[in-house]
Amino acid sequence: MKRNVIATVGMLGIAALALSACAAPAADEGPVTITYTNFISNDGNEDNLQTIVDAFEKENPDITVEVTTLPYGDYGTALQTDLAAGTVSDVFDIEFSNYASYQANGVLAPLTVANPEAYRQSLLEAYSTDGTSYALPSSFSDVVLYYNADLFDAAGVDYPTNDWTWADEKAAAEKLTNQAAGVWGDHQPISFYEYYKALAQNGGQFLNADKTAVAFNTPEGLAAAEWLVNKSGTVMPTIEQGQGTPDFDTNLFKDGKLAMLHTGIWVFGAVADVPFNWNIAVEPGNTVQASAVFSNAIGVSATSEHIAAATKWAEFLTSSDTMVQTRLDAGWELPPISDEAQLASYLDKGAPANRKAVFDSLDGIALPPVVAAGQAEMQDIMGQELVEAQAGRKTVQEALNSAEERINAVIGG
Amino acid sequence: MTLSTARPGLADSSTPPKVTYRVRRGKGRYTLTVLAFLLPSAIPLTLFVLGPMVAAAWISLQKWNLLAPMSFVGFDNYAKLLTDTTTRDVFLHTVYYIAGYLPLVYIGGLALALALNAALKGRAFLRGIYFLPVVTSWIVVALVWRWLLNPSNGIVNSTLAVFGIDGPGWWTDPVWAMPSIIIASAWKDLGFVMVILLAGLQAINPDMYEAAKIDGAGWWRRLVSVTLPLLSPSTFFVFVISLINGFQVFDQVYAMTGGGPNGASEVVVQQIYDLTFRYGAAGEASALSWILFIVILAITLIQVRGQKRWVNYE
Repeated sequence: MKRNVIATVGMLGIAALALSACAAPAADEGPVTITYTNFISNDGNEDNLQTIVDAFEKENPDITVEVTTLPYGDYGTALQTDLAAGTVSDVFDIEFSNYASYQANGVLAPLTVANPEAYRQSLLEAYSTDGTSYALPSSFSDVVLYYNADLFDAAGVDYPTNDWTWADEKAAAEKLTNQAAGVWGDHQPISFYEYYKALAQNGGQFLNADKTAVAFNTPEGLAAAEWLVNKSGTVMPTIEQGQGTPDFDTNLFKDGKLAMLHTGIWVFGAVADVPFNWNIAVEPGNTVQASAVFSNAIGVSATSEHIAAATKWAEFLTSSDTMVQTRLDAGWELPPISDEAQLASYLDKGAPANRKAVFDSLDGIALPPVVAAGQAEMQDIMGQELVEAQAGRKTVQEALNSAEERINAVIGG
Repeated sequence: MTLSTARPGLADSSTPPKVTYRVRRGKGRYTLTVLAFLLPSAIPLTLFVLGPMVAAAWISLQKWNLLAPMSFVGFDNYAKLLTDTTTRDVFLHTVYYIAGYLPLVYIGGLALALALNAALKGRAFLRGIYFLPVVTSWIVVALVWRWLLNPSNGIVNSTLAVFGIDGPGWWTDPVWAMPSIIIASAWKDLGFVMVILLAGLQAINPDMYEAAKIDGAGWWRRLVSVTLPLLSPSTFFVFVISLINGFQVFDQVYAMTGGGPNGASEVVVQQIYDLTFRYGAAGEASALSWILFIVILAITLIQVRGQKRWVNYE
């Protein structure tokens, strides 16, 4: 009897999945309410998200979207708790670094995308496994080199260009640093994220081909780590001076005390009103130009009862014209679309003048290394060991040796 | 009948016949009354403490990353933890925390209690002030202390610099990270210890001091031979509570150092948190919770046993 019930429920579930997959474009489910939990609109873009929700509900009168917004810092913990408890929303935000593990654990529903051509293909593929989309990219952003043009003028140094290499950056940073006046030439976080990118800029690899061991303990890897670590205390403040605390770098830049800043385009808004001239350039590489690209995505819960409606919302939120216009007008990262003509208007939305660098950076992309298990530990260990070297408690080589040993123990399984 | 012998206090009351009558007739009702009074705390205790403890025991036998279904692994999680150097490190860091925190908060709390037990002007106000940090959120306190102990422009190092002392890196330095946490924790809990000890001090019969004075005992002798022995029940309470809380130290570590730099201040509960929410090892985290529970239980039992040697109940 019990077995029959389970079998029936299972059959119904499969039937429902099959039906919903077929019926995705025209969901005739009657009025439904779907829930959406996000962090992307937190801290300033809540109204912009509401604009997109309103447009979707107007177009789909039988679907209501209930939005919950959480701060980024709490989001991961909340999402995991909801997943464990089976109380997860129909639609929720994910980050690229979590995609592999969520997909592998069966949390994400496979999606039937009505209009895949709308997306920038590299981004769509980043959230596909074996040719099936399990999440849709919702935005992307990249990391560029910000500079304070007034400080460059005062020191008589030429502005950064897209052709700069590490050597050019280092020479400029040394000329621009004036510790007596509290002015620093450069700032780049000493972290996992900066390291994998610097490694790519120097022609190195973080992981071996089958992702079972690290591959950074090489001359290229050592040079990349030294490039970051040796900035500290010479052209960049030390940890004791506050380096590494939240918003330290942007605040230093806003105070006019920092000539060059490596950070994401998400800071445009925060530095918009500074009383000096500033601009951006593509981040210098050493032997290769490689920029970090970050993207967020929207997943549909595999346990959702309204997968069709949820998919419809996920697709609207990530590719509709309303979304594109709202994001571009608000400078809310970049829409993940393939239509370059629509993106063109982004170039004349105000400071910084060289917005073209945002797109030029996409010519060479350094993707973060991703492992199926142990991702967070790998990132933590790499960051910790680099900071050991930065603080002078280990040499850079010792830190890399230790990081290699510790990370291999975690991911080698 | 058994009830009345078991509870001689009732038999000694001023109206013995009435009470024995009640007890005899209402044995069931008495149980019900007790239950009724216990329920308001028993229900949340079962739901939020005992239930999760049983659940954690079950999860500790599983491999679980919170995402995929659990799979049974028996005692593998315990075996892994007991041979892992990280487990040893986080317990050592926690013991280091307690070894620094407990003497500091007890001596500080005792000094405050003695000072505010004296006939001092505005002492009610001062007692309130010292108790304020106890009821303040740890996140707020941690942020304030991070700022005070900022290595480059914090008040502490700036003050030290006036005297020509080059202050340490505090929470940015692995050697000083734990002392930073200890100082902030002792400061926050001073008021709590003070209140417990104040109550103990006020229960001491003033005649004792009178007698000691007449015998020629000075301030120090009275403190060591009268105050401390008679305060021992309160001291015992402070030690038990502080040890239990000390092993579970988390908020201040999470907010001040996050366990860093490079794991130098990683304590047991921080490790439980990281295992669950960052490293996808909820089974191991639950096993570590149970190991921690057993350690705390054992130490508390030893304390309760040992109290006969030094705690005086008048």
